[in-house]
Amino acid sequence: MQPNHMMISEKPAAPAVIHPVWLRVVHWLNVLAVLLMVTSGWRIYDAAPFWNFRIPTEWTLGGWLGGALQWHFAGMWLLAINGLIYLSLNVGTGRFLKKFVPLTPSIILTDLKAALRGRLSHDDLTHYNGLQKAAYVFAVLDLIVLIVSGLVLWKSVQFQMLRELLGGYEGARRVHFIAMSLLVAFVAGHVFMVALVPRTLLTMIRGR
Amino acid sequence: MKPRNIQANPNVDGPAVVREALKIILPRVEDHSRRNFLRRSLTLGGVAMLSGCSISDNSSVGAALAAISRINDGVQGLIFGPAQLAPTYPDSMIMRPFPFNAYYAEDEIREVDGDSWRLEVTGMVADRRKWTLAELRAMPQIGQVTRHICVEGWSAIGKWAGVPFSEFLKRSGADLSAKYIDFRCADDYHTSIDMATALHPQTTLALDWDGSPLPPKYGYPVKLRMPTKLGYKNPKHIHTIIVTNTYPGGYWEDQGYNWFGGS
Repeated sequence: MQPNHMMISEKPAAPAVIHPVWLRVVHWLNVLAVLLMVTSGWRIYDAAPFWNFRIPTEWTLGGWLGGALQWHFAGMWLLAINGLIYLSLNVGTGRFLKKFVPLTPSIILTDLKAALRGRLSHDDLTHYNGLQKAAYVFAVLDLIVLIVSGLVLWKSVQFQMLRELLGGYEGARRVHFIAMSLLVAFVAGHVFMVALVPRTLLTMIRGR
Repeated sequence: MKPRNIQANPNVDGPAVVREALKIILPRVEDHSRRNFLRRSLTLGGVAMLSGCSISDNSSVGAALAAISRINDGVQGLIFGPAQLAPTYPDSMIMRPFPFNAYYAEDEIREVDGDSWRLEVTGMVADRRKWTLAELRAMPQIGQVTRHICVEGWSAIGKWAGVPFSEFLKRSGADLSAKYIDFRCADDYHTSIDMATALHPQTTLALDWDGSPLPPKYGYPVKLRMPTKLGYKNPKHIHTIIVTNTYPGGYWEDQGYNWFGGS
């Protein structure tokens, strides 16, 4: 809402809210949930590794398999409920349309080329660039795959259709681990980007 | 055997204490299996869990995690489909040799004398009596080839056959409205299950493994095979079955593993 003229006694308009309160809360709860799930999940993997490596125990949560399982099956509620709240509000408030649409391969490519040339602008934090849109949509989809494969691991007999979709119980184990690895890669990239543009950390805390 | 809530002393270096203890105890233990068992379980986490201490020096965190596990029991009970069958497989997919797993090593496997062994059924049953192996073999038998899933994450396909457990419960005159069935075993293991799972069509009082009587390492003479539950819920060398409304817990469950343990 632009004023036609500026009275000398008027203060300039405060910067627009980039991230509403609900989004910031959901984001940081998600950070906590992902941390709990990944670190306890690593300890569970270590109990019966299906590839040629184990994750160092110091990086894991739970102390032993029993403890890791307790954390994992507690954290799952936070991850899922918080995730549902995010999806509902993101769509319901219209934020998804505003922030993520349009998202096309050409938009992503254009911004990727600009980024590789060091020319991707970060002046206007109210808009996501094409890479951000793609990355965040990927993260959401990846978390959904994690949750679905997690459900199959937890109850492979009861969730029969999902189980068959993911290649059976043993197939689901690999899907779950690969999806986790992709999520960890996303988090690493995301945190690196925040370090490059530290104002974005402020906006996710203060909203502006 | 309920865990007590003990506050950990923040001035004590926990991991260092455990390392010291292991250094003193292990050389004195001749028996390799006991040594391995001690080595495996005497992690700080293991000790903390066994004594009821919470890892994070905060007993309310431990209590909260245990409470959520009990909530998950209820959720699993709701998700459980009494007619939902576990997938079955061809004989060619049976894992041979089938893995051995227990809370002890192979040199401590119990050898039960099948002739003198009796299966005692007690608690909320009309017919409190002891069954012989021959009497169990005379009952109708079923079998399937199903996937055994361990809480550690691995799985192995195996073939078990025996008396349908729902049939056995009915012949014992068990009160089918009871909540729990407790199993006591010759290797001092015990676990308990919910009545809905007990009555599931694939729940089997197994006498045979892969076409022959159960060998000792897989639970001779009788094991409860449930493809709808994780491995630690499938007790071996059963000698007593108790139908009850009092929550019985279990060897691993009392230490923090989930009670329902459904797959």
